[in-house]
Amino acid sequence: MHEIRLAWLFFRVGAMNELQYRVNFFLQLFQSVLAIGTGLVSLWLIFSHTSSLHGWNPAQLLIVMGVFTLMGGVIQTTIQPNMTQLIEDVQQGTFDYVLTKPADAQVLASIRRVEIWQSVDVLTGVIIVLIGVLRLQSQFGIGRAVTFLLMLVVGALLIYCFWMILTTLAFWVTSMWHLVELFAGVYNAGRYPVGIYPGWLRYGLTVVVPVAFAVTVPSEALTGRLDTKTVLGAVALSLILVTITRVFWSFGLRRYSGASA
Amino acid sequence: MTAYFDVYRQLMKIGVMAEIQYRVSTYFYMIGMITEPVIYLVVWSTIARSHGGSVGGYTAGQFVAYYIVWTLVRNVNIVFTPYGWEDRIRTGQFSAMLLRPMHPIHWDLAFFAGTRIMSVIMWLPLAAILVIAFRPTISPTWTQVLVFFFAIWGAYLIRSFNQWMLGLVTFWTTRVGAVFQLYITAETLLSGRLVPLSLMPHWVQVLADFLPFQWTFQFPILALIGKLTTRQLFLGLAAQLGWILGGIFLLQLVWAACLRKYSAVGN
Repeated sequence: MHEIRLAWLFFRVGAMNELQYRVNFFLQLFQSVLAIGTGLVSLWLIFSHTSSLHGWNPAQLLIVMGVFTLMGGVIQTTIQPNMTQLIEDVQQGTFDYVLTKPADAQVLASIRRVEIWQSVDVLTGVIIVLIGVLRLQSQFGIGRAVTFLLMLVVGALLIYCFWMILTTLAFWVTSMWHLVELFAGVYNAGRYPVGIYPGWLRYGLTVVVPVAFAVTVPSEALTGRLDTKTVLGAVALSLILVTITRVFWSFGLRRYSGASA
Repeated sequence: MTAYFDVYRQLMKIGVMAEIQYRVSTYFYMIGMITEPVIYLVVWSTIARSHGGSVGGYTAGQFVAYYIVWTLVRNVNIVFTPYGWEDRIRTGQFSAMLLRPMHPIHWDLAFFAGTRIMSVIMWLPLAAILVIAFRPTISPTWTQVLVFFFAIWGAYLIRSFNQWMLGLVTFWTTRVGAVFQLYITAETLLSGRLVPLSLMPHWVQVLADFLPFQWTFQFPILALIGKLTTRQLFLGLAAQLGWILGGIFLLQLVWAACLRKYSAVGN
């Protein structure tokens, strides 16, 4: 409970800090509109040459695009800023300041940065998902909506664990530049359902980088393609990965020697 | 002239060495970058296959070839980012650049050319993986290879001049971000970066003919995958030369205006 209050506090301070720079909202909105415009042009080009892509129709792919944008917004608002800050702190030795605070270091390192304007993408993502759902032309129950939300949380958790494990490597390899570009590039593969990729790549996007769980699985939940087995598997996987992340973090932390010591 | 030659040679060496030093980082960057065309490749070869083998004049194998050559062209046409100008001006590096007895653009052109050469060498294993995994249809002639070689460096120069000029906008406003985003979006749609332009509606193709973008992506790619006649190959090189000369001319004008505008901040 204490951790949640702390996260909320950091969120408020971070948000207030960013709210000083109002122009950034419009810049972010502009960027968001351009990205969605490009995405829509891609979809339009695809469906002007074919009627379905690997069994997904236009409304369903619109949902995938919405979830992709939404999840991208979540990543950029909270996960990514915290992780890049952590890499920088470990490099510079300023991570000392986190360790000396009377709270769990992993929690602190994961909640202290918020880039509130990036959440514009969360909003636009939700809008696109809603438009997609309205155009689905199939019955849509509360069950699907609940599974969708659950899978979104699981997906975000898996992405967090993935980032955290990579970032923890910074305790050994201090030069981790371009990690953001690497992740952003690979995450882009989530624009389309991972089923379209050849086997080895699909495997990589599921197990190595959990893009499949972050975008495809929630989209499958909304379009009624998900079976109970996958849902349970995803939940189990997230629990396992959270534990592994915790163990790995503690292990890595022992490597940290600080800058002032 | 020999002075310039020496400067270029040394700066290229520094560029090569910088790439070697940060090779893990370079691979992170490259893998992230290669994902973009792999997505396009999978999507369009899937569509081609489900439509009896070809879409918009491209077979599945030709799409694969298009997007694998794309990665090589992209590796060469990465140039100094317009965002970098904010830093250069704010930290006063620009003042130091002005003190050198040659135009600062030579520094960027030479240094980045060096990093590009190294980056292409490091690209080779990734290209081999892509070729084995996706099996492109490609059998270039020597003429095509030769034209391609000049075309990728033409693309490098055109993109360098474009982005340099874009960066110079920083002299008037520090918010280059929005302008640069717009530029990248236009490039993505009108250069053949997203899809070969022949898949676009006719009016987009006409529009693209009046803009420099397609000469930085589509032309070199088409040159190598054998979609152009010999006449088109050489006319293409001529068009690139035209855009390069135009770029140099425009840069001179913008540059002169910038120098009048610039006043060093800080020290």
